[in-house]
Amino acid sequence: MLGDLSFPVLIASVLAASAPLIIIALGETLAEKSGVINLSLDGVVLFSAMAAFVVAKETGSLTLGFLAGGFAGMLTGVLVGYFSIYLHLSQVAVGFALALLCRDLAYFLGNPYSRVQGPTLLESKPPLHDILPSSLQTIMTQPLTVWFALLLVFLLYYFFTFSKAGLCLRSVGENPAASFARGLNPSKIQMWAVLVGAFLVGIGGAAYSLSLKPGWGRPQGAEGIGWIALALVIFGGWHPMRVALGAMLFAFLQVSGIGLQDLFPGVPAQVFQTAPFPLMIFTLIFMHYSTRKSRKQGYNENSFQRFIGKLFMSRAPKAIGKSYKQE
Amino acid sequence: MKRLSLDILLGSLLVFGFTALVLLIAGAPVLASFKNIWLGAFASTSKISQVLSVWVPLMLCSCGLIYTFRANLWNIGIEGQVTMGAIGAMAALRIPGIEHPALILTLAFFASFLGGGLWGLLAGGLKTRGGVHEIFGGLGLNFVAQGFILWLIFGPWKRPGIASMSGTELLPRDLWLSTFPGWRVATAGVIIAVAVLILTWLFLEKSRMGIKLKAIGQNPKAALLYATSPERYYLQSIIIAGGCAGLAGFLQVTAVYHRLIPSISSGYGYLALLLVMLSGYRIILIPFLALFFASLNVGAIQLPIVLQLDSALSGVIQGCCVLSALLILGLRQKRKQS
Amino acid sequence: MDVKFQNISKNFGSVKALTDVTLTAHSGTIHGLIGENGAGKSTLMKILTGYQSKSGGKILIDGSEIQLNDPRQASKHGIGMLYQEPMDFTPLTVLENFSLGSPYQGRRELRFSLETLTIRFGFHLDPDRLVEQLTVGERQQIELLRLIHCKTRILILDEPTTGISPAQKEALFPALQQLAADGMNILLVSHKLEEVASLCSEVTVLRHGRITHHAHAPFHFPELLTAMFGSVPEQKNKTHCRTQGSSILLFENVEATGERQGLQHCVVAVNEGEVIGLAGLDGAGQSTLLRLAAGLAIPNKGNVQLFGNTLPKSNSASQQAQKLDVSFLPADRLEEALFADMSLSDHFSLRGRQSSFWRSIKKAQTLAKNGIREFSIKGNPEDTAQDLSGGNQQRLLLALLNPHSRLVLLENPTRGLDIRSGQWVWHYLLNTLSPKTAILFSSPELDEILHYSDRIIVFHDGEIVMDKAVNETSHNAVATAMTGMKEAIQ
Repeated sequence: MLGDLSFPVLIASVLAASAPLIIIALGETLAEKSGVINLSLDGVVLFSAMAAFVVAKETGSLTLGFLAGGFAGMLTGVLVGYFSIYLHLSQVAVGFALALLCRDLAYFLGNPYSRVQGPTLLESKPPLHDILPSSLQTIMTQPLTVWFALLLVFLLYYFFTFSKAGLCLRSVGENPAASFARGLNPSKIQMWAVLVGAFLVGIGGAAYSLSLKPGWGRPQGAEGIGWIALALVIFGGWHPMRVALGAMLFAFLQVSGIGLQDLFPGVPAQVFQTAPFPLMIFTLIFMHYSTRKSRKQGYNENSFQRFIGKLFMSRAPKAIGKSYKQE
Repeated sequence: MKRLSLDILLGSLLVFGFTALVLLIAGAPVLASFKNIWLGAFASTSKISQVLSVWVPLMLCSCGLIYTFRANLWNIGIEGQVTMGAIGAMAALRIPGIEHPALILTLAFFASFLGGGLWGLLAGGLKTRGGVHEIFGGLGLNFVAQGFILWLIFGPWKRPGIASMSGTELLPRDLWLSTFPGWRVATAGVIIAVAVLILTWLFLEKSRMGIKLKAIGQNPKAALLYATSPERYYLQSIIIAGGCAGLAGFLQVTAVYHRLIPSISSGYGYLALLLVMLSGYRIILIPFLALFFASLNVGAIQLPIVLQLDSALSGVIQGCCVLSALLILGLRQKRKQS
Repeated sequence: MDVKFQNISKNFGSVKALTDVTLTAHSGTIHGLIGENGAGKSTLMKILTGYQSKSGGKILIDGSEIQLNDPRQASKHGIGMLYQEPMDFTPLTVLENFSLGSPYQGRRELRFSLETLTIRFGFHLDPDRLVEQLTVGERQQIELLRLIHCKTRILILDEPTTGISPAQKEALFPALQQLAADGMNILLVSHKLEEVASLCSEVTVLRHGRITHHAHAPFHFPELLTAMFGSVPEQKNKTHCRTQGSSILLFENVEATGERQGLQHCVVAVNEGEVIGLAGLDGAGQSTLLRLAAGLAIPNKGNVQLFGNTLPKSNSASQQAQKLDVSFLPADRLEEALFADMSLSDHFSLRGRQSSFWRSIKKAQTLAKNGIREFSIKGNPEDTAQDLSGGNQQRLLLALLNPHSRLVLLENPTRGLDIRSGQWVWHYLLNTLSPKTAILFSSPELDEILHYSDRIIVFHDGEIVMDKAVNETSHNAVATAMTGMKEAIQ
């Protein structure tokens, strides 16, 4: 396949590499569906990764580590929510300032724990491991975060599509005034979405420092991931499945970069490490661009086309980024 | 006036309080840390000149961002614009056959403006033509610029023999911008920064373009009634912003590092975004805030050696300043309404 | 359940939207609430739904006072409203829209309820379609069914027939009558007399936030019209000495989107020096026509010609129009024509086609000072646009108007102005501008249109239904055409 990577190993590494990113991007999807852009991701990922590692190291408990990551994320969510929903400040300004602040806070507070050995979430064998064919064994031997990420994709899809609460959340993102007219409380719903979303982002951050790139340091290895997650959400059309697919594509680019490195020994490793970022963003922009026309045109009546349309074309929640003020 | 000083007092208290809290959590001596930052920035002329050499690129980026903020654009691509400016400068400096250093430096100066400006134009074009929000176009272009500079450093422009993260080969001495003896900041850099500041003030406050940018930023719909096309001015402002950022890249190459390194922009673009937000988009405040931010950056450099703390403390203080300012602004607006 | 409004008043800042409104609507009836745009009907109804708060008065249901702080409380009392602009979620499906705000039920039961209700009222709605694919009429049907499903006892309908087809109207009316017969209390807000007459048993007329008339069926139309639009003014002798010359603005079978119905089959020719009033109910197409002429909207079909030049179908159309000395003054001044945070002198330096790179602040200040004096604007050159009152904002816009304008387009030029400021605006337009300048204006006040224009164009649902010189028509004929009725009432 690529270098000396066999196919099952490739799939296994893509799954492993994409899991944290999926969790982060889905957290952001939740917030944005309710109409709030949380631009602070890039810093929050690092901040929660640091918090998770430090707590796991001090207590020796991975569970507490992940929880610490989640709550560290939630803490920033409180700020984003209060500033943008209740004070009606620019969501972009607040998010950007918070992104830089959280990043530096993470480096500063995490400094004593730099390059220290700590607990790591290891791959666990799936049930019935021994009767599976060997390729499946390779693919399915994964840390729990991978299963959590995949489960989350379906949970969120179910939540948005079939649950009453998910419908209320979407309705606020589309037209808060109408939601209010129907007896909902838009600000409260948005706040919840931001908090839960930020919690997930925190879990994703923890998945970096406790599983995918264990340990803490400057740089940690999760730098830039927040920006990629933001782009994934937007160009993935706020659809959990497509956002997750996008994350896997990014992981594939990263993994194949490592594979290609062996094929081209002349090209330095750093290029392969950086290349997925621009490649990803431009793949996304290109996809966005090429489907723009069909999204603008009317709607297809035939049920197959309707299905395809649902799969590939979607648009931003209508009230995204605007803070809602009651009359 | 009284209210303003009250706000500033409240903001400083918030920032000090939060920073002290962070320091306590890290188990660091609070007062000693502040004292060290102060000494690190102002203890000697060499330190002060180092502060100035950070002040210069911050000023240039901030001045550029004032244009885009006037038009209500979020030019997050400024990082990439600094990088592309540096690449442009380096490309010109590498042109073979030009003997005269002044000529080649002038050439590099314009090439950097062009490089940054074109990079800005790309983000602007993605917005006005493609409907891609400038934040995402800009971010994408930042990553591209980063990839590009890495490729250059490890590929075509690599040091003979070994390519490494430490950058390209040093420039010949005669292509270094000169400094006063004992100072570490290029005189030309300071002059350029001050000139750009004055020009920015003139353009934005005294020219018709300035007022048109302001009008478009406030109400693009109404601007149409004054024969002003928002698209044209969006592009103009982002080209100028990119150009200014490119000049910062030029100075990073010729005055600070004397070579191309992967992190040539040093995060000054993002920092300038914070700075301009903190200034409330007022040009008058920018040189002072840039000095404040620069002294934090330089002052924090010795924290790891003296107190075993990470130098990111400066970033914590800077980010906290902006958030406090936003908080006070939001609370004041809320109070005004009720 | 009977609803009683007792001395309701509502102020927006210093503007009085409602003053001392007292009325009772009984269950089992359809009560009509009529009046021209801005008479306060919608505000009164939004107070009943808890969407807006009231400044004074009481609301009683079956004799006992109730508190209405938000829509949730109102819906607990069985109050529901069908808004004029559908308050729904276009990217969601019909079923999802139906379920939002309904009491909790499983998906299957919800679908079943929706289907039963559609059949009962003879509507045709596919539960899985996206609402944005539906017409306004169908969207209203969903809302109506949802309100019925939520056990609404007091149903408010705000202009339910603007933007729906005659066939949908025919489906809606029997449904409403059936609901009233079942004991529901229906309040119908409308401009359209014919509808009110065919549905309602009682009618209340609002004008400028007060009740001016109350009647039981059968209704006497001229009386209602007078109560709605004010007394029929005497025709004064026009003293316009404006020249009328060659054709300057031409609409060639133009079709465009905009407002509620867009604009269809629009053929208009405007001559030099004419003053043309564009009449019609809110959103019937007048604003679209003005924006097309100003180059701010682009026609889907057909062409707009200004002084013999066809406007380009691109973003540069508005600049082209301004080069031809066409000026446009929108109704929403602060939103569309002024810069809230910029000073008056800044506005003056934005104006005009000077090509110098620098701007002279002194010159702008002098211009601003002159403008303030000449147009008696209450303000200083340093004040920002949002500091000015509505009347002074309009004066500022007139001061900024290109004095060589050959065509002036005004959307509701006296909106929010008191009578004296309004008269001043018209005095300026008619006497200071060159008599060759053509003026096109829209206004919700029929009196204003009749008083100032030489020619009247009446719009109804996106089409021009009347185009006559002012002395060939009458107050009643125009009012009738506006409300969509075919024949004049004697």
